[in-house]
Formats: sequence, structure tokens, C-alpha cells
Amino acid sequence: MSATLVLAGIVLCAISGLPALAHRRAMLLAAPLIIAGAIAGLAGCALGLFAAPAIVNFPWPVPGGAFQVRLDALSAFFAAPVFLLAGAGGLYAERYWPATRGGAASVRMFFGIMTAALVLMIAAANTILFVVTWEIVAVTAFLLVATEHELPETRRAAWIYLVSSHVATLALFAVVVLMHAATGTWTFAPIPSSSARAVLWLALIAFGIKAGLMPFHIWLPGAHASAPSHVSAVMSGVVIKMGIYGLVRVLSLIDGAPSSFGVTLLLAGIASSIFGVAFALAQHDLKRLLAYHSIENIGIIVTGLGIGLVAQSHNMPSIALLGYAGALLHVWNHSLFKSLLFLSGGAAIHAVHTREMDRMGGLARRMPATAAAFLAGAAAITGLPPLNGFISEWLLYLAGFAAITRPAAAAPVLLLILVVPALALTGALALACFVKAFGTVFLGVPRSEVVAHAHEVPPSMRAAMAPLLFACVFIGLAPAAVAPLLGRALQIAAPRVAGAANLTDLLQPIQTAAVIVAGVCAIAVVLLLAATRGARRAVTWDCGYNEPTARMQYTSSSFARGLVAFFGWAMPAEVHGPRAFELFPGAAKFESHVPDTVLERALLPSLSRGERLLGYARAIQSGRVQLYLLYVVLTLLALLAWSAQ
Amino acid sequence: MPPIADSILILLLLMNFFILGTANLRAAIRAVALQGLLLSLLPLFVESTLTFRLVALVGATALIKGMVIPALLLKALRDVHIRHEVEPYLGFVPSLFLCGVGTALALLFADSLPLAPAERASLFVPASLATLLAGFLVLTTRRKAISQVTGYLVLENGIYVFGLLLYQAMVVEVGVLLDLLVGIFIMGIVLNHIQREFSSVDTERLSRLRE
Amino acid sequence: MNVLAQLLLVLLASPLVLGVINRTKARVAGRRGQPLLQAYFDLLKLLRKRTVLSTTTTWVFLAGPAVAVVVPILASLLVPLAGPRAPVAFTGDLILFIYLFALARFLTTTAALDTGSAFEGMGAAREVTFAALAEPALFFGMLALARISGSLSLSSMLTVGGAGWHRASAALVLVIASWFIVLLAENSRLPFDDPNTHLELTMIHEVMVLDHSGPAFGLILYGSALKLFVFSSLVARLLLPRGGSPLIDAAALLAVVLLIAIVIGLVESGMARLRLVRIPQLLITATLAAGFAAVLVLR
Repeated sequence: MSATLVLAGIVLCAISGLPALAHRRAMLLAAPLIIAGAIAGLAGCALGLFAAPAIVNFPWPVPGGAFQVRLDALSAFFAAPVFLLAGAGGLYAERYWPATRGGAASVRMFFGIMTAALVLMIAAANTILFVVTWEIVAVTAFLLVATEHELPETRRAAWIYLVSSHVATLALFAVVVLMHAATGTWTFAPIPSSSARAVLWLALIAFGIKAGLMPFHIWLPGAHASAPSHVSAVMSGVVIKMGIYGLVRVLSLIDGAPSSFGVTLLLAGIASSIFGVAFALAQHDLKRLLAYHSIENIGIIVTGLGIGLVAQSHNMPSIALLGYAGALLHVWNHSLFKSLLFLSGGAAIHAVHTREMDRMGGLARRMPATAAAFLAGAAAITGLPPLNGFISEWLLYLAGFAAITRPAAAAPVLLLILVVPALALTGALALACFVKAFGTVFLGVPRSEVVAHAHEVPPSMRAAMAPLLFACVFIGLAPAAVAPLLGRALQIAAPRVAGAANLTDLLQPIQTAAVIVAGVCAIAVVLLLAATRGARRAVTWDCGYNEPTARMQYTSSSFARGLVAFFGWAMPAEVHGPRAFELFPGAAKFESHVPDTVLERALLPSLSRGERLLGYARAIQSGRVQLYLLYVVLTLLALLAWSAQ
Repeated sequence: MPPIADSILILLLLMNFFILGTANLRAAIRAVALQGLLLSLLPLFVESTLTFRLVALVGATALIKGMVIPALLLKALRDVHIRHEVEPYLGFVPSLFLCGVGTALALLFADSLPLAPAERASLFVPASLATLLAGFLVLTTRRKAISQVTGYLVLENGIYVFGLLLYQAMVVEVGVLLDLLVGIFIMGIVLNHIQREFSSVDTERLSRLRE
Repeated sequence: MNVLAQLLLVLLASPLVLGVINRTKARVAGRRGQPLLQAYFDLLKLLRKRTVLSTTTTWVFLAGPAVAVVVPILASLLVPLAGPRAPVAFTGDLILFIYLFALARFLTTTAALDTGSAFEGMGAAREVTFAALAEPALFFGMLALARISGSLSLSSMLTVGGAGWHRASAALVLVIASWFIVLLAENSRLPFDDPNTHLELTMIHEVMVLDHSGPAFGLILYGSALKLFVFSSLVARLLLPRGGSPLIDAAALLAVVLLIAIVIGLVESGMARLRLVRIPQLLITATLAAGFAAVLVLR
């Protein structure tokens, strides 16, 4: 039953974009189809989380491949956000990218195909089907990123995305082949520990690139910034989770991964989270900022997986459970609040037609619902109670604290303790970044005239944000209700530790506390608003300034300057400004920009140096027939001489 | 081995030198034609029994190698309107020197190759190797496309000689001959196209197609 | 009963701490100083005034003070002020404690940006920057206490009392010193921020609240007093042994908190505000001290 519903959902999503190809009027069918698919899929996933694994087979002539779909609790867990985001994104795209705008048909078509292929990949039981659907997702995502391909930066971003994605696919081929060599089948069968090492490290490359883990993240900021907003929401929300799903699935097949792998995951996760948010602080493009936060949150998820592995290999099942639980819950949480942020941020960008935060400002008065949604998303991503981000980070903190209360401590266990200050730093930096983002975009006075024509987005776009907002609040206020779902997924992801602690009991006090905090804060705010209703309005006092102008406000770069300078060693900034000042300086221009260190300062220079070195070998290919023939002669002579000895 | 076969092979080697040394394209083509004609007559002197089949094959080979192919080439030469001078990368004297060295080495070291004992005493293997090398030399050191065709033909003659070691069947020779014919035909067409595209049959220009 | 007593203690005694600090500073400077209960009078005065709001602000502007008052009260329920157990205690409540203050910081800084003025933006930028550097210090201290007490609930962690001092006195001293510095940073005391002046050079918290007026401003004042009280009680609880009866415990705690207030006053009188570039260094020192404490207890 659950598999049938999920398959129905997949089919509905896949065909949702096809009517658009036929006739422009038929494009209206896209949103209802994808919403129907989303509802069917969500129902299927809900059933799938609690039922036994359901298997569906279809004939498929590919050698070694089998179109076998297996919906177990882990797949259902990862597929649920895909359906939710597909439905929300499809509804959002209705008015965000209307039929009159160029590329509307291709956006709808590829969006539907991408989401359908994503769910099929998550539910695939056969590794060849997995690889095929992985490629379909990669290619459709590339096509979606390149929607506005008339812009050079979009072309560049799409190209880098394509190249990185296919490096990941290459590694994935190797993983699948190694798995076949180890297990003898083309399914996800348990892998013996002897071959586990190679599989794990290759899987880290393949799935790490896809997930956007540092230092493989180079494609993420450009791709997520250039894609249409609902596509960015789905890409940040669920496509990068493909990488996490792959990692979790491969780890679930290996009984006892080496501790060094867990330590690598842990360190990579910590580095990703801290540097991800540091880079985000330096951005002045709203969507690039959100994209870097995705890197940060993937880092947090991978940290959780690392905690789970390290604790498991050192015989600490309850800590391992906390790590895995935090990671899996953060998968859901991140899908929800990141997509909420992309949808509401995208609405703001749509209203002012620019992504530059320093040209926006004061949008909350013109778009109150969007601003409220963005504020909720910002609070959630910062991990503030009583929203959902707090719950998953709380679980990870608890794992780190629990590790220090244990008596004996081997070296990797000490790393578990490092998780606590790392998460603390990440959380505080994320708070800084989102205060900057929300404040610069929505609050204050408009910084440029593009804001003058901004108005609230249509109800369908607001309705698309509503289920995401509701889910964020629900998970934050009722985490104990979500715990059984987590438990079911954990039974497959980490069967050894799944029963080590009772998540529901652990989360119950937090649930009560969250409800109390939410209630009291809400009442306090409402009371204060009521008490000051009808207050006199005047110009901002600002310590007696008579003529405040919009240019006097803090910009996004100035707000984050202190912290960006603190991280200056990791992300040097390009500054173009006046060098020396004369006595009576004239008009001057100042501009600063922080490029991605790994891409712009490490990868691209080394690639061009390599290209120059390899260029010397180009002389072999001279284009002259005679030279090629000479190569043949020389080879022949060499063979003759060799056989003559 | 009947002595006349040996004489023909020596003549073959001498003609290699002539082809490498001549500066006239028409002379080179005629020399290659004569070489082919002589070689096609070789089976008659090697075989002990003369069957009708053998004579027919020899006749056909002589016709094609001695008449049809040179006619095609000379026609192509006329159509393309180029100067009838060979333009080599390597000067004539060095080419001749290299050919001489190659022939000497082939003669000296041919028996150290893993061959059946019956063939060791004959001249077939060194002659064929020397001709192969001469053919390659023409191919790699000539600029004009038509010169390259002559080099290809010399190469084919060398392979033909080697194939005669299997003279029982002669199937190999027939196959090779057919390929040769088709090859020449196509080369004529290609030469025409090159001429039209680049207004020259200088293979230097072909290197522009590299990128 | 316990809950009520604790709440009353927090609600009523907090402005007194401000008074003690100001009186100490005045006495050191050779003045008589404000009355000890001045803060109460200020609050009552502000509650009577009318509010004037800026044309630029939205509802977020008022959410800041509202939550800034509520959060310290809720957080105080997690701290064992009167008796060995706090009214609310569960595994992992320490994380909730720290993140409640993060919630308050989020809303107050957002409220500051709501006004669209340069000064408030500056204050908000500095506030979030220094808080980012102070958070790890708090967490390192919590790690050390978790190790010493073997528990993950604030009630047990803070009441390590006499036994804890025997076992890990060096670590506890480091934690207290580091948390004292964090206290000064989070509550806008010198040497991080000068609560008395209104100059751009010296403001972080003061400048964030420039545009508030009337009851909202009163709530801000009260909220900062509450926050100072709660943070001081953290440090005070560590200094005190495990208590007996709730009443004596509460009285002892109040006495130590007021003592801490005097120390704050002395520190403020003795130092000028640090240059902005030195503040991150001081906060990192605090983080390292707490980190060292965590390392010490691991051995």
C-alpha cells in the first residue's frame, strides 16, 4: 500500500510538467498535478514509516539492473520532505514563474522529473537503478540551474555544477562496482568489513560532493544562487540530502565502520559548519548567503553521523544514538526551514528584482507575511527554542556532553567533546548572519528605489510557505511526537544502537519547556503590542539626528565586518577602494567582495597551472600527417628490434 | 629460389632508391607502377606449377598495379594543377642515405627474426622489410599529398612481397590488391577536396584541422 | 512553593543589583551616589510615561523588549537559587538555558535593526560579534561542570558545592573567572561597554535601545537587570556549598550576588573600556581559560 502510494506520487510528479509542453494553457495543470503527487507521496511515506518494507518490481531490460523499489522506513523518512517540498515548490512556481515568463514550461517539466527521480532514487533497491536515477536528478538539476542561461554567472554556476556532479557520479560508479565485487549482487546488501574501507572512502567523495561537504562544496553557492527560488529550495532542501541518504544507506550496510572514518566525518562536519557560516556572513547576495548556510547545516548533519560512528566503534551506544538521531532529525529540520527561507527570500527578491541585500530594506512593511515567514525560518535555522532547529542541535549537544561524563576517554572520544564548542560557535555565527540577513532585507528604511514598487506576493505563494512554517513550529513544539518516526528510521540506519535510549522520554521535558517558552513569549509580545497600540509615531530619534537617511544604515557587509575580519585568514577579501587620501579627497568608490576560497584561490589556480603544464604535451599532436606516420614507423622499428633479440 | 626471383627482388630494392631520389612526381609514379608490375609477375617464377587461376590472378594484378592505378594517379595529378615537383622535408641525399642504411640493416638482421627455416636463405624477408622502410620514409618526409600516395603504394609493394611467402593461397594478395584499389580511388577524391578547400595539396595546411 | 519563592526573589531583587553596582562606583569615585533603590524608581517612572514609536519600526521592535524580559525569568527557573534543585530540571536543560538567552539576543538585535538608524545597527553588529566569541566560553565551562558533577542538569552541575571544590578547585576557579568575564560581556559592563555614556565610541547595549521609550524602555531596563541577576547567580551558586533549607540558601545566594555586584562595581571603577580590537582577545582568553578547565578535569 505504501509503496503504491509513493509510486503514484512519483508518477504524478513526473508528469506534472508534461502538459506544459503541449499548450501554454495546459501549464495550469502543473501545480494541481504536483500537489496531488505530493499528497499521495506523503501519505505513502507516512504509512511506509510504520509498515514493513514494501517491495514493488517492474521489468527492466538493463543487464544487472532491476527496477525494484523498496520502501523501508529509512527511505520513507528521506522521501517525505521531497514530496512536501515538491508540492510547496510547485504551488509557489505557479505565480513565481508564470506561464508568460520565458522558460516556464521547461522549469515545470524538469522540476517534476527531478523530484520524481529523487524519490525513485531514495526508494531504489537496486544499485544500477540508483545510479540511473542519480544521473537523472543531476542532469535535470543542471538544466534547472541553467534556466536563466542568458546571464553569464548562471552559465558559469551551471557548468561548475555539472562538472562537480559528474565527478561525484564517477566516484559513485566506483562505489557501486566495489559493492558488487564485495557482495556479488547489484542490491544494497550487507558489505563485509574487508572491502568496507574502499567503499567508504569512495562513498565519502561521491556523496560528499553531492551533499556539499567542505571542501567539495565549490559548486553549491553558485548553483543555488542562480537557480529559480523554488528550485533552490528543493535543491538545498532535498537534493543535497541525496548525499546524506547515500552515506547513511552505505553505513547501514557495514557492520562496524572503522573509527578513522567516523573521525574524518566528524572533522569534516565541524569544518563545514564553521566555515560554511563564516562564508555566509561575508555574502551580500541573499541567495548565496542561504546557500552557504546549507553547507553549514550539512556540516552539522555529518557531524552527527560522525558522532554516531565514533561512539559506536568505542562502545557507547547511547551517545551514538543521540548522534544519529540528531543528524536524521536535522535532515528533516533543514529541509523545512531552508526551503521556507528560500521561498520567502525568493519572494522578496521577486518583488524587488535584485538579489543584492544592500539594495533592499524596509520590506517588512510592504510584505508582512513574507517577513514573518522569513523571521520564523531565521529563528529556526539559528537553532532557537521553541522551533525545530533547536531540537536537533540539542540532541547533538547532548551527545557531546554525555561523552564528557564518561570515565575513560580515548582520543577519538575527546573529539566528541569538541562538538560542543564547535556547535556553539556555529550557532552564534548563524545568529549573527541571520540578524544581518533579516535586518538588511526586511527592516529599516529602503536603501534604494527598487523597493518602491515592492508589494506582497500572491496568496498562492504565501500558501506554499504555510505548510513548511507549520511543520517547523510543530516539530519544535512537539518533538516527542516525532521521536517514534525517528526511531523507525534509526532501526534501519543504525540497527545496533537503535534501542539504546528512549528518545521520547528524553524529548518530553524539552517539549513541555518549548511549549511554555512559546506561550509565554507570545503572550508577552501580544500584551506589549496591545499596550502600545495608538502610540505616537515620529521619525527615528537616533540620539537626536534630525535628518536620518537610508544611506546611514548599516549595510550587510558592515554588519558582518568584525566577524569576517576575524576569519580573514580563511577567507581573504578582495577590496577595491581608494588607497591614499589627499587633503581634499574627491569622489571615491569602495567595493569589497569575498570569493569562495576553495574555488577561487585554490582549485581554479591549480587547475590553470596544471593546464599550462599539460599544454607542453600538446606538441605531440602537431596536426602533421608525416609526424604521425613517423610515430608508426618508430614503433614498428622498436617492435622489430625487440623481437630480433 | 629460382635466380630470376632474386633478380626481381634486387631490382625492387634498386627502384626504392630511385623513387626516393627522383624529384619529378610523374617519374615517381611511373617508377612505382613499374615496381608493382614486376612484383605482380613474381609468383610466376616462384610457383612450380602454372595453373590457369594463377595466370589469371597475375594478369589482373599486373593490369591493376601497372596500368589502372598509375592512370588514376596521373589523372589526379593533372586535375589538381600543382607543380610537378616533389617537396620533401628531408633532402634527397639524406633520404637516400637513410634508405641505404635501412636496406643494409634489413639484409643483415632479417634472419634474426623468428622465421621458419625454409625462408631464411631467401631474399624475400629482407626485401620486403627494406621496401616497407622505404615506403615509410616517403610517407613521413614528403609534403605533397600525392607523394604520400606513392609512399603508400611502395608500402603496399613491400607487404605484397612478404605475403608471397604464403604463396600457396595468394588469397592475401588478392585481398590486399582490392584494398589498394579502393584506397587509391578514395585518395583521388580526397585530394580533390583538399585542393578545393585549401587551394593547395600541401599537407602542411592540414595541420590547421588540429584544433 | 519553591517556585514562587524563587520567582519572587528574582523579580524583586534584580534591580537591587544595579543599585549596588552604581553605589559602589560612586563611593570609589568619592561621591555619595544614587539611592540603592534608584532602579525601582526609574522603572516606575518609565511605566507611567507614554510610548513614542518610530515610523520605520514594525512589530519586531516591540517583540525585542517583551522577550528580553520574559527570557531571564524563564531561565531563572532552570537555576537552583533556593535549594538544591531548580523548579525545572531535566537532562540537557543547560543547553536550553544558554539558547534562551540566544533567543533574547536575536530579538533584541533584530529590534535594533528595525529602526533603520546607523547607531542601532552599530550596536547590533557589535553585540552579535562579541556574543559569538563569548558563547564557546560558556559551553566550555558547562563541559567542565558536567564532568565534575557527572550530570547534565544545571541543578546538579551548579551545586557541586564543597565536594567539587575539593576535587577540582583549579578547574572551578578557571570556570568562575571565565564566566565572570562572560558576565561582563553579556551584560554590557565595563570593560566591554559603558552603561553610563551615550557615545558611539563606547556603546553596545545602550545604543541598541536608543529608540525605545516609556514602558518598553522600562521593560528593557528591567530585563537587563534580570539578566544580570541570573548570570550572577550562576557564578554565586558555584561559590556556595550545597545548601540546606531553601530560605537560608536563597539568602546566602542573594548575599553572594550582591557581593559579586560590588566586585563588578570595583572592576568598572578600575578599568576603562577596552579598545574594540582588544575585546575579541579578552573573550578568547576567557574561552581558553574555560577550555583549559575542561581539559584539566578530563585527566
